[in-house]
Amino acid sequence: MDLHLLDAKPTAEEREALDALLGKPLSGWEGGVRGARDTRTAAGGHASRERRHLLLPALHAVQSRVGWISEGALNHIAERLTVPPADVYGVATFYALLSLSPRPRRVLHVCDDIGCRCRGAEQLCAELERTVGPPYHGPTGSRHEIPSDGAVWLRSPCLGLCDQAPAALLSIAGAPPVERLFGSVSAPAASRTLGGDLGATTLARPVPPQHGDPTLRLLRRIGVADPKSLDDFRAHGGYTSLRRAFELGPEGVIREVTEAKLLGRGGAAFPTGRKWDAVARQPVRPHYLVCNADESEPGTFKDRVLMEGDPFAVIEAMTIGAYATGCEKGFIYLRGEYPLAHERLENAIRIARARGLLGDNIMGQGFRFDIEIRKGGGAYICGEETAIFNSIEGFRGEPRNKPPYPVQSGLFAKPTLVNNVETLANVLEILRIGGEAYARIGTAGSTGTRLFCLCGCVMRPGVYEVPFGATLRQLLDLAGGVGPGHTLRSVLLGGAAGVFVRPDEFDMPLTFEGVRAAQATLGSGVIMAFDESIDLLDILRRIAAFFRDESCGQCVPCRVGTVRQEEALHRICSKQTRGSPAEEAALLDEIGLAMKDASICGLGQTAYSAVESALKRLRVLEGVVAQ
Amino acid sequence: MEETDAIFLWGANARDNHPIFFHHVLKGVHRGAKLFVVDPRRTSSAQWADDWLGLNVGSDIALANAMAREIIHAGLANEAFIKRATIGFEAYRACVEHYTLDYAERETGVPADVIRRAAFTYARADRAVICWTLGITEHHNAVDNVLALINLGLLTGHVGRYGSGLNPLRGQNNVQGGGDMGAIPNRLAGFQDWTKDVAVREKFEKAWGVPLKPEYGMNLTQMFDGMETGALRSLYVIGENPAQSEADQNRTEHLLGGLDHLVVQDIFLTQTAELAHVVLPASSSWCETEGTVTNSERRVQRVRKALDPPGNARDDMWIIGQIAKRLGVDWHDPSAKDVWNEVRSLAPMVAGMSYERLEKEGGLHWPCYDEQHPGEEFLHSRLWKDPIEGSPAPFSVVEHDPPVERTDREYPLVLTTGRRLDSFNTGVQTGGYTSPLRKGESLDISPEDATRLGLMEGDPVRVTSRRGSLVAPTHIDPSLRAGLVFMTLHFQDKVKTNVLTIDVSDPKSGTAEFKACAVRVDPVRAHHGAGVVTHSPDAT
Amino acid sequence: MSADQLVPLQASRRTVELTIDGDPVRVPEGTTILDACRSKGTDIPTLCYLKTLHPVNVCRVCVVEVEGSRVLVPSCSRAVEPAMVVTTGSDRVRHSRKMVLEFLASSVDLSATPDVEAWLTSYAARPERYGPAAPPVAAGERDSLPTGHHPPPSTTHAATVGQPVKVDNELYVRDYGKCILCYKCVEACGTDFQNTFAIAVAGRGFDARISTEFAVELPKSACVYCGNCIAVCPTGALMFKSEFDHRQAGTWKEAEQTVTATICPYCGVGCTLELHVQDNEIVKVSSPLDHEVTSGNLCIKGRFGWRYVQNRKAADNPRTS
Repeated sequence: MDLHLLDAKPTAEEREALDALLGKPLSGWEGGVRGARDTRTAAGGHASRERRHLLLPALHAVQSRVGWISEGALNHIAERLTVPPADVYGVATFYALLSLSPRPRRVLHVCDDIGCRCRGAEQLCAELERTVGPPYHGPTGSRHEIPSDGAVWLRSPCLGLCDQAPAALLSIAGAPPVERLFGSVSAPAASRTLGGDLGATTLARPVPPQHGDPTLRLLRRIGVADPKSLDDFRAHGGYTSLRRAFELGPEGVIREVTEAKLLGRGGAAFPTGRKWDAVARQPVRPHYLVCNADESEPGTFKDRVLMEGDPFAVIEAMTIGAYATGCEKGFIYLRGEYPLAHERLENAIRIARARGLLGDNIMGQGFRFDIEIRKGGGAYICGEETAIFNSIEGFRGEPRNKPPYPVQSGLFAKPTLVNNVETLANVLEILRIGGEAYARIGTAGSTGTRLFCLCGCVMRPGVYEVPFGATLRQLLDLAGGVGPGHTLRSVLLGGAAGVFVRPDEFDMPLTFEGVRAAQATLGSGVIMAFDESIDLLDILRRIAAFFRDESCGQCVPCRVGTVRQEEALHRICSKQTRGSPAEEAALLDEIGLAMKDASICGLGQTAYSAVESALKRLRVLEGVVAQ
Repeated sequence: MEETDAIFLWGANARDNHPIFFHHVLKGVHRGAKLFVVDPRRTSSAQWADDWLGLNVGSDIALANAMAREIIHAGLANEAFIKRATIGFEAYRACVEHYTLDYAERETGVPADVIRRAAFTYARADRAVICWTLGITEHHNAVDNVLALINLGLLTGHVGRYGSGLNPLRGQNNVQGGGDMGAIPNRLAGFQDWTKDVAVREKFEKAWGVPLKPEYGMNLTQMFDGMETGALRSLYVIGENPAQSEADQNRTEHLLGGLDHLVVQDIFLTQTAELAHVVLPASSSWCETEGTVTNSERRVQRVRKALDPPGNARDDMWIIGQIAKRLGVDWHDPSAKDVWNEVRSLAPMVAGMSYERLEKEGGLHWPCYDEQHPGEEFLHSRLWKDPIEGSPAPFSVVEHDPPVERTDREYPLVLTTGRRLDSFNTGVQTGGYTSPLRKGESLDISPEDATRLGLMEGDPVRVTSRRGSLVAPTHIDPSLRAGLVFMTLHFQDKVKTNVLTIDVSDPKSGTAEFKACAVRVDPVRAHHGAGVVTHSPDAT
Repeated sequence: MSADQLVPLQASRRTVELTIDGDPVRVPEGTTILDACRSKGTDIPTLCYLKTLHPVNVCRVCVVEVEGSRVLVPSCSRAVEPAMVVTTGSDRVRHSRKMVLEFLASSVDLSATPDVEAWLTSYAARPERYGPAAPPVAAGERDSLPTGHHPPPSTTHAATVGQPVKVDNELYVRDYGKCILCYKCVEACGTDFQNTFAIAVAGRGFDARISTEFAVELPKSACVYCGNCIAVCPTGALMFKSEFDHRQAGTWKEAEQTVTATICPYCGVGCTLELHVQDNEIVKVSSPLDHEVTSGNLCIKGRFGWRYVQNRKAADNPRTS
């Protein structure tokens, strides 16, 4: 197509970063060396435009190599992938991890979200502000220059390390880049890290709190088997489920999953068997499988634990899903803030390929399937099941209108199976013990086990696995409660898009039907506890800010509604209400209802959920006095 | 166009010159159609192509014939169609047999694998379209070029069906309409030949009440030749600017200046009007008068008066009526509708197009024989009747014949001309608005030649052909290859590109070979103003 | 094969029966709820919808209630289904529409948006209840907002997209303080018609904006000045410079303008031009949306190339020599 490029040229380093991803340019028209053939023929048609899905990987390649994306780099990406520069810019500015203005190579992203807030994140930020300086807001001065060896810090939304709060993500651009997600961050450790000392960034070997519990199913290998070793995975039962799948045949697999009555763990609780069956039946080919690993719901970290601790399980489960539904290609859409999970999954894919467990003839069964990891760019919305397609395809991660549903028209407008990591992990268990046996675990309406992310003010934060039916109180007790001297005031169930519940509601069984009866939600399995020391209004304000930041901006109710919601909460928190607090509450209710009813996707539809429950269940405004 | 499987733009840069047509091309492309663009330059259209075929200027027939040979050898010719609906295939087959891929690659410069892919894609497509414009017709063998493309259509049966066909894209809103109305030397309104068909002659003689001589008029080239020999002594020019738009501008000006009587009717005091004895200020035909025009797809549409013309400017029809009156005939000031109704009464192909229908239906495609006729969206469907209606379509034997003027040591570069998106022809109209895209005239040159000549962007260069010379700033354009330079005709007041072009034209159509002449480019060391013109290279 | 078999077969469309506001309605399969409603005379407000563009259904002012659907659905894009039960005027629907109108009116300058005043009144919208509008930010400020954490909001003013008008060429202006982010300009510049892709949505959430790459001025961008974005802009954010200048000077007299359809003189495609004339002067050019050739689109020459007609003054008329 007729691209119009800016005059800027890429640096040698930027070229190298892109060549490493894309290979050398094939022609002068793609930004390579102009040869004689280039003056006689060129391709700019369908094949060129079909490379757009490499856009986000290309942006990451430059970002992680140089630390930001310059005009020259953006131009070069545009010509290499045949994507208009304005589109590249529109996509690049969609992602918080990418910088379109000069930024030093060393950046520390410090989480200030709700989970870390309970563990001193604000104090940490204040300390950093005092010792290092304010968070980075782009280059200053007329020449827009930045010291190349400089280091800066930024505030970040939830990094999915709430069990080790406060958390931070270090990125050092270069070849190779360094990325470390680490927890229990102190201000001195953060300063040292910024200074180049990586000692503080090493994660302890993740051992789940229930380590050794023989009833564990999804977590049983974590902390037991070496996540880097296929042999160890096999020694602990790995790849028996795939073997079983080949015995059952695709229909048989779907029958087992259906009989198991497995419901999706991503939040919508859709029957997995039905989804698989619907994809399998689609006559249009090819089919795609997308593993949704964009775990970004504040307070959620279970998928990270699974991927870091049992990566081969994810690969095996995806292979089974692909076999059952007729997919040849799968994508793991992994949130950009999980470097260790990325490393472990890549390693697992590499080994699985080498050992014939991915590729053209898996286990000698004539079945072909392969997996590619796509790294998110710091956008909560990309976990939405259709936004994830746009992101993979190289567009802004904006949700699509439904219908059509993904099973009909998903990734690249083909029938697509989208499953969350935890949902897939259950499939191994279903094939191991049989759908019928699986269905006997848990309750009639909620079968199997569930992972819960216990965090906030609890003694032993972490991922817990229990059969469906356990009550909220039992979970809190497993995590050791809030500890002596503290009082548990409330729990946020399901994450920022979830609801607050009161202590007198703690006996609700954590099943799909149980929380529905209590007008709550399991969401992504977050159980975030707040004791008396936590200012809930501040938590609400952060939740409102989170949705305002993470709204994709597409639809009016969410784009403006999240702003108006945050403004009202700010007025309440700063005691500058317009009218009485009750009037502000009524206004919030009106805003919230419109967001819930008229937004395109789940983000807007749930952006008022936590605030509403805090207003109505916790009555947080009682005691707030109008000015 | 939107529902086809392969689109060939051949010597056509529709992206810039027919932008709204290109919207429809891209609708087809987005639905999966393959796009091939044949053009010496990698134009904005070519950048959209699955394959760009960057041929040597004027090697179109070599390319088309080689494609035909590939199609025939691969057994992809539509034999049933050829047998039923065409004649002359055997001679054509024998002719294209010499056009091997090796030969074509040598003559056109296009890699053989790309030629083969283009041929196979065209032949294998269920539906395929070839569109062309001045890149095909501004050559000394324009008609042969067109015939070579028609041959491809006949060979594969890509004619006369929905989604398949051959489309010349017209450069002005009423090029087609001018022909429809008989503003051509050899046909009256409705393409009726009064010299050959007695019934036609009698019909017009009866309607007009005058006898008609059964002789064709002159085309433009013949007129200038007539001026040269002295056979043509007076000229009435309506809405044309030949002093700037014709090739070999120095000669044109000389001939126009030597006429006994030159009348120019225009909305501007053009360069041609400057040479005139009488200038008649006219109104703008698309917004200050009523009437109809016909677009490239044969759709007759209404133009309407939105503005009063300034000062003494008058409607063309009124002016012509007044001239008639002075010559002793009173036409009683007919309205545009009256004139149109007379055309309908004499030209069957538009008989069904009343003003009322044109208003209501937003234009109609001819032929439209009566008030009930819906008009025909595409032509030549008769070839698909079994047996066909009318006479079979003939293949034509056409041979590669490169541009007249060859490059040599003295004039080593080929200059080809064309247009830019925001400007139109000699720029008389488009010069009236400030386009942010407009950068003035330049000599567009390949990075390779620029390097060889030590030129940087914007450097002034002297461009010299065997006929004239001018100075223009350099624009380095990667869409060009070594040996090929490009200019437009848009800024004739400043840079008279047509002092360079060659006045040879196709004897069959009269179109001049604007697309190819040999030039030399020399850096101008001491800075001269752009556009300095000398009238012969000897004077420099 | 005969010629009449060679034209595409129109798939015969079945009829779908549904209920709208209690009335049975029959429409062809594939009809949108919006068109079904309009076919029975029920009007529904729209902003981001345009019949020539792919529906993006982002403004959400056209939402209706569909029985069985957890949330409201955008009528402009949802196709009717058999036995669908649609309600267009319920309290839920009216509430969401009111809020959408309030959200827009409190954050965007809607002074040049047709119909919006009447809608605000009929839905009893009170955009002022979010507080006084924040003053416009400096030129370029919204264009460089980073994605991610934003500074705390004001407790006294309602955030807006207010900013100075971008005037960087002689043909049209961009007043993004009037932009409701309906995506129409992006669609018209992109795959729906022009395929130039000079603009895209950049940034995220409330900071999302229409932008060229790195927010460069139009003359540096890929813009080809076809003006097809102006033609689809529903709020006057994109405006002919000629109209903008007239409005600035207080001489824009829309009621006195005539609109005459004619054919563009610049090539053989035959695009219909609608000349908007005020005081015997063309002030802007459009093309009808339902025109087969243009679908409302033009190129730079058709949209802006008319000025030469007006550059002729009586005094400049050719003389007789």
